[in-house]
Amino acid sequence: MAAIGIIDYGMGNLHSLGKALERVAGNGRVVISYDPEELLKCDRLVLPGVGGVRECMKELQRLELNQLVVEAARSKPMLGICLGMQVMLEWSDENGGVPALGLFPGRVSRFPDPPEDGSPNRLKVPHMGWNRVRQVRPHPMWQGVPDNAWFYFVHSYHAVPSNPEHVLGVTDYVHEFASAIARDNIVAFQFHPEKSQNHGMTLLANFTQWDPA
Amino acid sequence: MLAKRIIPCLDIDRGRVVKGIKFEDVQDAGDPVEVARKYDAQGADELVFLDITASVDDRPTLFQTVEAVAREIYIPLTVGGGVRNCADVRALLSAGADKVSINTAAVDNPDFVSEAGERYGVQCIVVAIDAKRVSKKKEAPRWEVFTHGGRKATGLDAIEWARNIVQKGAGELLLTSIDRDGTKGGYDLELLRAISDAVSVPVIASGGVGNLEHLYEGLTTGGADAVLAASIFHQGTYTVGEAKQFLAAKGVLVRS
Repeated sequence: MAAIGIIDYGMGNLHSLGKALERVAGNGRVVISYDPEELLKCDRLVLPGVGGVRECMKELQRLELNQLVVEAARSKPMLGICLGMQVMLEWSDENGGVPALGLFPGRVSRFPDPPEDGSPNRLKVPHMGWNRVRQVRPHPMWQGVPDNAWFYFVHSYHAVPSNPEHVLGVTDYVHEFASAIARDNIVAFQFHPEKSQNHGMTLLANFTQWDPA
Repeated sequence: MLAKRIIPCLDIDRGRVVKGIKFEDVQDAGDPVEVARKYDAQGADELVFLDITASVDDRPTLFQTVEAVAREIYIPLTVGGGVRNCADVRALLSAGADKVSINTAAVDNPDFVSEAGERYGVQCIVVAIDAKRVSKKKEAPRWEVFTHGGRKATGLDAIEWARNIVQKGAGELLLTSIDRDGTKGGYDLELLRAISDAVSVPVIASGGVGNLEHLYEGLTTGGADAVLAASIFHQGTYTVGEAKQFLAAKGVLVRS
């Protein structure tokens, strides 16, 4: 039976992601684990994440999961969500600058802080709430998801991939930024599909069916 | 662009949804799972649960409620009420909450907010501020922070407190006007504007919604990023969908 592994490195709440994947996985099993052996047995992997990037990288290294992610990313379908997407870039400016996994060339930068003059319509950080994702290239992930659909975001940093061909979808906040990226068998979203109602469920369902080969 | 959020609020007492007026005189308004499912279907952008159960013994009931709701709905869920330490935050997040709202404990120990933010990420730490206007007529407006369901004065100036606690690591503020809560007279727009302008994080407006125009005022004049309401939705006066149609027709960007 196909298994989806959620990489649990001790940060954030995997409860809602787990039950969302269970709902769409059909006969697939959902495994939440920090054990590299257990995770390597899974057919596809999800790298979730909330919190700060330094702590995230530290925990991935401590649990010897960073190597697992890099290796598994060569063959298995892999999904990064939120901070799990950001650590897939080479470098994050958060926490004074932290080298990351480097599955995508590029870096992670912060949204500019809003001016302190209380001007109306200034954009606050974190970028929190529902925003649209414009699909900039076709991908099996988008099947059944309308262009410019709404997804739920919570973040202060965003990915800046250096290869424009890796950008799958963009969102407008302060400026346009890459909210979905993909290459080969890896796809990653800045927003939370598990919190994005129907369209989020469709994306997760697409991931459980995705055959990148 | 980011949409303005419409957030139904469920006050929870021993596993039931209730609605009080000015923090007192509580009435039953239904089963939390059913109410949550209904709002999800109507297009609510998030849900807020505030546990108003007085007794600590009833905490397990709250966790069961949160778990039951989190199983049913796939939109963000904020839970508050009686959150005192990191163990409480962790327990609620594990039960399925996406964000935790801290009120009295933030006033008692602002460093708790920093600690919780560092450990679980500031995006899941909401600080609830209950404020009451304390200036006399013709004086410059001034609001004071109250705790314990609006019963206990803290001596803290609401605007100053909002600034400080955001610096400590609050990722979002849930601002309730005690004067307006349950009155259906509209938000305290002056308070809302002052706090919203003072901080860099999103502000959720709460307390006093009686009609859809009030939501509009909160998001425009008040400068709120999200509006929270309870009775207009619980009593079926309006659906969340109707609220969104009204706002969209007036040019406010909402998720459709």
